[in-house]
Amino acid sequence: MPGPSALIDMQEVTKVYQMGETKVLALDGVSLSIEEGEYVAIVGTSGSGKSTLMNIVGLLDRPTDGVYQIRGHSAGDLTGRQLADLRNREIGFVFQQFNLLARAPAWRQVELPLFYAGIARSASRQRALESLAQVGLADRADHKPEELSGGQQQRVAIARALVNRPGLLLADEPTGALDTRTGEEVMTLFEKLHAEGLTLIIITHDQEVADRARRAITMRDGAIISDSRGAAATAAPGGTNGLREPALAPLPRPAVMEQIEEKVYETG
Amino acid sequence: MKLVRYFPVAFDSIAANKMRASLTMLGIIIGVAAVLTILGIGRGASESILGEVASQGTTRLTISPVTETEGEGAGSPVQTLTMGDVKALADPAFHPDVVEVVPQYAGNLQLVAGSNNSQVRVTGTTAAYADVLRLEMAEGRFLTEDEVTQMSNVIVIGTTVASDLFERTQVVGESVRIDGEPYTVVGVLEESGNAGFGSNDESGFIPIGAAHGRVFNVPRYRGEYVVTSISADALSEERVEAAELQIEQTLRLRHGLNAEDDNDFSVSTQASLLETIDTVTGTLTLLLSSSAAISLVVGGIGIMNIMLVSVTERTKEIGLRKALGAHTSDVLLQFLIESLVLTLLGGLIGIAISYGAALLVSRIPNFSFDLLIGFDALIMAVGVSAGCGLVFGLYPAMRATQLDPIEALRYE
Ligand SMILES: Nc1ncnc2c1ncn2[C@@H]1O[C@H](COP(=O)(O)OP(=O)(O)O)[C@@H](O)[C@H]1O
Ligand SMILES: [Mg+2]
Repeated sequence: MPGPSALIDMQEVTKVYQMGETKVLALDGVSLSIEEGEYVAIVGTSGSGKSTLMNIVGLLDRPTDGVYQIRGHSAGDLTGRQLADLRNREIGFVFQQFNLLARAPAWRQVELPLFYAGIARSASRQRALESLAQVGLADRADHKPEELSGGQQQRVAIARALVNRPGLLLADEPTGALDTRTGEEVMTLFEKLHAEGLTLIIITHDQEVADRARRAITMRDGAIISDSRGAAATAAPGGTNGLREPALAPLPRPAVMEQIEEKVYETG
Repeated sequence: MKLVRYFPVAFDSIAANKMRASLTMLGIIIGVAAVLTILGIGRGASESILGEVASQGTTRLTISPVTETEGEGAGSPVQTLTMGDVKALADPAFHPDVVEVVPQYAGNLQLVAGSNNSQVRVTGTTAAYADVLRLEMAEGRFLTEDEVTQMSNVIVIGTTVASDLFERTQVVGESVRIDGEPYTVVGVLEESGNAGFGSNDESGFIPIGAAHGRVFNVPRYRGEYVVTSISADALSEERVEAAELQIEQTLRLRHGLNAEDDNDFSVSTQASLLETIDTVTGTLTLLLSSSAAISLVVGGIGIMNIMLVSVTERTKEIGLRKALGAHTSDVLLQFLIESLVLTLLGGLIGIAISYGAALLVSRIPNFSFDLLIGFDALIMAVGVSAGCGLVFGLYPAMRATQLDPIEALRYE
């Protein structure tokens, strides 16, 4: 049952895209609750609204209607700066197309969220290298995307998503552009991270990937048509509700973050 | 907000796309180099001319007849300045601030030596001419007072005349013919180097009496030979204006002008000439540099254009940066500072090019002036390029901030 401490809580969220004259109902009254430490797969055919849902969960987009709360705070009440800071500190994104910067070495890619967290360049390189080591790419730090395989590029993207020690990792078809074997590598990495306490939401249309998750949500035409909590869910390592162990030692937080966190979390 | 943080980001982005960066800079490079070079030429030419004029003395006054305004001879000088005026002006009692008065009667004549001949501007004058006009001799001497009073058949010539007639310049003692009459060369003037302004290389000088009485068919006015101009020297630079007034008074009186009549002569001073030259070159420089400034504006618009393309090209990057936590101000500053760095680099390269041009010009032998690029022009160049970067980078940067991160991430 969704308690007040739910990490993510959506009530009757709809999203309408205006395409010229026509309106596209991308989300049609979605209600959803995800606790800290869960491992959730969202499946559904292409165009069923999975990415739209993830963008709203990831604070990249706002619902047209309905309420979305993250850690008890309504996303609609947060300013653009606060949303950006939450994306930076609390949420890691992994995309199907990796979305790495062209011509930049791996450690520079991973460093990017640290730049926006206000961490000095001198300190951030070391942090980026640690994060790369965590995904097994310690020896590829100076390689540019074109010098890396697809699987390695996706691991760089994961290192980037993890570098600010977020509590929530959102992955939109992370294995979609990878072959089966490297896709398997990436999934193993995700499972390791989940075991260390990360909340994981993975969008996929690969049923095999979905089957490995503790909970699978199926979508069709912008609505959730099934939400199956496997027996494993309750026994999940991270399923201790809100008592997430940080994956690594906490970062010193910049003053700006502290102010926002006070505001965002004071009732949380 | 630590602005310096964005500079490494800008440098990385520029280094990652050197081709685009150099194209962006090109407009500013050309603009800055053009403005600086033209300003340098203007300043150099102006200094050179002003120096030339000043070297001829700043105490000199030149009296010339005004031109006829009506009747048959309209446009030609009125012939009212005479040797009588010269004698009157030479009286120190009425002209305490005038120290030398030198008459001139000039015309074009054919000079012949052996089988060579040359068309020469011959001036009849007195011995003091060399002092008043600051003439330097290469060979021999200028006309003497004795030669002038005795109307001797002697001539002083410029270097071009000497080489035209004798194919050399050591020609003192040689003889040239004017209308079949022999004249002995007593001196050759120093070469003035720059053709044109104040050059005497193609001139000849003979005693004024010879010019009046024998060489030219000079008309008389009230019984006195007319002159084409009179040069005078004032006591000092400060007394130039006083000397001008004294001269004016005497001439008006002698020419019988009433209070309501305009002068039938004009008095020009080196000081007023300097002023005129200064305004003329200033106006010219302004005109030229504003057309060069237009190239800067064009360059700036080029920057805006390429920055806009760059924003579109990097839509995905911008979306990603926003997803990773970039604030609107982060995106704005990233693009603004990138544009600033580009234009500053372009400005510096432009400055280097104009300095290169200045160095080249200074190496050209016999080129009449140097390119003068002042510190103020440098500051201006740096300021203008930075300004261009900020002004023309602002709109593209604002466009970047307005990108919706989702749209940007969906963008292929
Ligand atoms: N930015 C957008 N503008 C217009 N329509 C959109 C936009 N994003 C998604 N859609 C539409 O919304 C629906 C859901 O899309 P999406 O969430 O991307 O589905 P999925 O990720 O499950 O494939 C689709 O019909 C899609 O065309
Ligand atoms: Mg999708």
